[in-house]
Amino acid sequence: MLYTLICYNKEEVVWSWSREEDEAVMARLGKVHERLTREGKLGPSLRLLPTTAATTLRENLVMDGPFAETKEQLLGFYLIEVADLEAALDVARQLQEVNPTSTYEVRPVALFVPDERKDRATLSHTVKAY
Amino acid sequence: MTDLGWIDNALTAARPQAVAALLRYFRDLDRAEEAYQEACLRALKSWVKNGPPRDPVAWLVLVGRNAALDDIRKKARDTALPEEDIVSDLDDAETPLAERLDGAHYRDDVLRLLFICCHPSLAVAQQIALALRVVSGVPLARIARAFLVSDSAMEQRITRAKAAIAKADVPFEPPGPAERAERVAAVAAMLYLVFNEGYSGAADPDRAPLSLEAIRLARLLLRLFQQEPEVMGLLALMLLQQARAAARFDSNKEAVLLEDQERGLWNGEMISEGLALIDKAMRHNRPGVYQIQAAIAATHARAATFEDTDWAQIDHLYSVLEGMQPSPVITLNRAVAVGKLKGAQAALDMIEPLEDRLSGYFHYFGARGTFLMQLGRDAEARIAFDRAIALANSVQEAAQIRQHLDRLQRQAFLTSGAS
Repeated sequence: MLYTLICYNKEEVVWSWSREEDEAVMARLGKVHERLTREGKLGPSLRLLPTTAATTLRENLVMDGPFAETKEQLLGFYLIEVADLEAALDVARQLQEVNPTSTYEVRPVALFVPDERKDRATLSHTVKAY
Repeated sequence: MTDLGWIDNALTAARPQAVAALLRYFRDLDRAEEAYQEACLRALKSWVKNGPPRDPVAWLVLVGRNAALDDIRKKARDTALPEEDIVSDLDDAETPLAERLDGAHYRDDVLRLLFICCHPSLAVAQQIALALRVVSGVPLARIARAFLVSDSAMEQRITRAKAAIAKADVPFEPPGPAERAERVAAVAAMLYLVFNEGYSGAADPDRAPLSLEAIRLARLLLRLFQQEPEVMGLLALMLLQQARAAARFDSNKEAVLLEDQERGLWNGEMISEGLALIDKAMRHNRPGVYQIQAAIAATHARAATFEDTDWAQIDHLYSVLEGMQPSPVITLNRAVAVGKLKGAQAALDMIEPLEDRLSGYFHYFGARGTFLMQLGRDAEARIAFDRAIALANSVQEAAQIRQHLDRLQRQAFLTSGAS
């Protein structure tokens, strides 16, 4: 089964983390990611920039900001491949254990279109390469 | 997080909104701050036991407000004086909290709190100190260190600023659209000052964090005014400049010029966010000084190497900026782009008329010396560099110029040796 694990948190809190705190959380998550990759469960994952950088197209109108003003914001997501819901929740628990203030929505995938481009490396470097 | 760091983080993030809402209730900055402090103390006890509340800001406002009201009532009993008028909107405060804490209120509350800090009766240094203390909650001792003054001097500066505000009669009614726009502009200018304190003092570990704090507050301002292109521009400008932080100084803490910076050290995440924001801002077709400056920074950020810089675009953007905000400093910056496009002579012709107005400006003589050096007019270049060193604002600036002088001296030595 393909699931997404969608991570929510208060972005004004997360984006107030000091660099050290942020790096510490990412390092702890990194260890979990490694383990999940070894176990063949982890697909692509994304961390998003704050909603202030978002633009929304709705009924052909371009609007600044996210789709909805919410108390907690969508900060990123994982694609995972596991046997069933229990296994998906288990992965979510492992992530939450090292990032306890975040909430993870576990949601099954209806359609997955893999990245067919040949120069995938370029994309994975887009953010870091400047 | 295994420790209690999450509470600190939640309190830091909630502070501007909570203090701003408490200020609306009490109309007194000290009282609002005290109420917030009390709420934080209670949060430390309660949240450890019960976990974080669903809405930390609402929790802090409610608890802080009640604690302060208790305190006022107690004092009123002790002194046997009716002090009802202190709490000017007591009735108002009884309306359902959830309703009152919704978006629009917060927006004007936070804007008011920020706006108070840039009140025209306050000197720039007071504005920055007050914003850091009251809005961000930076400890007094840290602000004092950043400004190289004693704790007591900083305390006095903040106390005087608060006294000036108390006298200044700040309006508490929700502002009209024109007034709101004015406030946003004043706050943006103040936030950019805070940013520059940190950016220009980036070699000093006490001052460097100020630029990140300014970014955090600019994000807050943009969350409140999602459709304001100048706020987007301000945040983009800050991010694009801050992105270079790791490349701006070498291991000896000497400044590294833009052309010599290792671009791999630039922060890609900040650049992505800055570029996204400037793209969003431009769609509004309402250019402003922050957007143009951000667009200039974006042009640098988009160049893979210094040689790839689109100088024609930078020249154009500076000319737009000159039109909006005529200033010899902007012309001086534009001259650098013109120098790249048309050569040092054109650049020199452009800046020479500015000498009267920039006769006390380090960068004028630094640039003049550089253009003269490029034209091979070494003796004149040396004079300009000497004046620049005399005007340098920091050891780093002086060291930068000395490098040029050393180069000229080596050249002179080699030439005289050859002849």
